[in-house]
Amino acid sequence: MRILVIAEHDNKSLKSCSLPVVTAASELGGEIDMLIAGHNAADAAAQAAKISGVKRILHCDAPLYERGLAENLAQLVASLSADYSHILAPASFFGKNVTPRIAALLDRQQISDITAIHDAKSFTRPIYAGNAFETVEISETPVILTVRPTAFDATPEQAESAAITALPPAEDTDLSAFVSRALTKSDRPDLANAAIVISGGRGLGSGENFKDLLEPLADSLGAAIGASRAAVDAGYVPNDYQVGQTGKIVAPNLYIAVGISGAVQHLAGMKDSKIIVAINKDEDAPIFQIADYGLVGDLFQLLPELRAALDNSA
Amino acid sequence: MKILVPIKRVIDAYVTIRVKADQTGVENANVKMSVNPFCEIAVEEAIRLKEAGKATEVIVVSAGNAATQESLRAALAMGADRAILIETDQELQPLAIAKLLKAVAEKEQAGLVILGKQSIDGDHNQTGQMLAGLLGWGQATFASSLTLENDRATVTREIDGGLETLSLKLPAIITADLRLNEPRYASLPNIMKAKQKPLDRLNPDALGVDVTPRYKTLRVSEPPPRKPGVKVESAAALVEKLRGEAKII
Repeated sequence: MRILVIAEHDNKSLKSCSLPVVTAASELGGEIDMLIAGHNAADAAAQAAKISGVKRILHCDAPLYERGLAENLAQLVASLSADYSHILAPASFFGKNVTPRIAALLDRQQISDITAIHDAKSFTRPIYAGNAFETVEISETPVILTVRPTAFDATPEQAESAAITALPPAEDTDLSAFVSRALTKSDRPDLANAAIVISGGRGLGSGENFKDLLEPLADSLGAAIGASRAAVDAGYVPNDYQVGQTGKIVAPNLYIAVGISGAVQHLAGMKDSKIIVAINKDEDAPIFQIADYGLVGDLFQLLPELRAALDNSA
Repeated sequence: MKILVPIKRVIDAYVTIRVKADQTGVENANVKMSVNPFCEIAVEEAIRLKEAGKATEVIVVSAGNAATQESLRAALAMGADRAILIETDQELQPLAIAKLLKAVAEKEQAGLVILGKQSIDGDHNQTGQMLAGLLGWGQATFASSLTLENDRATVTREIDGGLETLSLKLPAIITADLRLNEPRYASLPNIMKAKQKPLDRLNPDALGVDVTPRYKTLRVSEPPPRKPGVKVESAAALVEKLRGEAKII
């Protein structure tokens, strides 16, 4: 059995969500190849070669792969598929975009967002915003999977680097073209893999309050900042802050929900967090049903108090 | 240019989901059904393009049992021109749906297909991307803005870390994210009018598509429960719990 892991990277370095996918691939059992398709991506390939359990890096370097556009990447992966029993990618925005296209080109039914592997053909995945889990079995190969990164541990580095094999590019499909990218700049930890996440909801009332009340607290805790859909829709923070069923899925050690009522769509994105703290003025808010520690009250009073309490006992 | 908008009928987003005792699925008898929220956004976007003179016709299509026509009527009431129901009682998995949609897109010679980015029941997030692959068209998923000009679509997409803008050759596939637009409510006169709009019926055999499920669902189970939490009295008490009991900060 050989397994192909499609790495997510920005040409310079691997995205951390690629690492749990290798752990998932190891659970399947078999030789693991990792594909780095990019442009001037030698650094990302060298980093990938150090991931424990990876046997071989397939490095395909050409301008048409620079931005990870789905059409060209899917074409390339489909051309490699004959060698593999399983093809895996992270269930990130990147993986969700490209992997179903690969499955369609191969006439295979993908299994999305798996959270557990039972054997080489049966998997568990959340449905209905995580309000139920289905365990499915699929008999065709290659099995096409996207892996929920928070459900598997990150793989450690290995001392000896895997071999890097250069691959020729596939033909340019010329169906889509990259125009621009506007990324949110932040010095805080990455939301998807921060140890502590503090999220704000509509209760914050404005983007200024995010800045004045939530950010200092995040800095005291070394936390990433997230948000509910309501806060993003209201324009308080950018879209990439959104935690939930259709936003980012996070599972930090500590998740602090501030002014978030706890719609099922939000809970779907954070309820696997180790410890959940909820701060809300409505004591009947659904968020308290899943919180380990609940604090009922006015967040405008409680957040400064919380910050003072953190600074005092530090 | 014709715009095809595939929609899905799902358990309403505000219904509490309960797993059946025999673990074969979730309770769906006598629960409220609605058009998947992301599909409504797709319908709205198509109607706006037609209103702006960028499209000639908006066709909504859905695959499912006879009751699915209610969802198609809802989309017609929003302003779609006509509907196609691919009628089947068979369980449909995303690849099968994508194949059905490919057949319809080709038959209708659609110039653009707009779908919701995912359905809130299966949460697969596959159908649009698969349809793009099967048709050999360009794709822009998770769209938060869309403009059409000179046979190209310019789409801003929500990605990890921010936004990305792509330019696609038409025909193309767009999948709608939450912030693409806010769908309108159908007015009463439009709901009445929708009853007279054409709704064609097809079936998978007539489209020459094998919809046999590819994976088997072994069981559906409840999520693992969380242990009950406690309320704390003050910010100071919270910090004490986090340090002393949870040892997390």
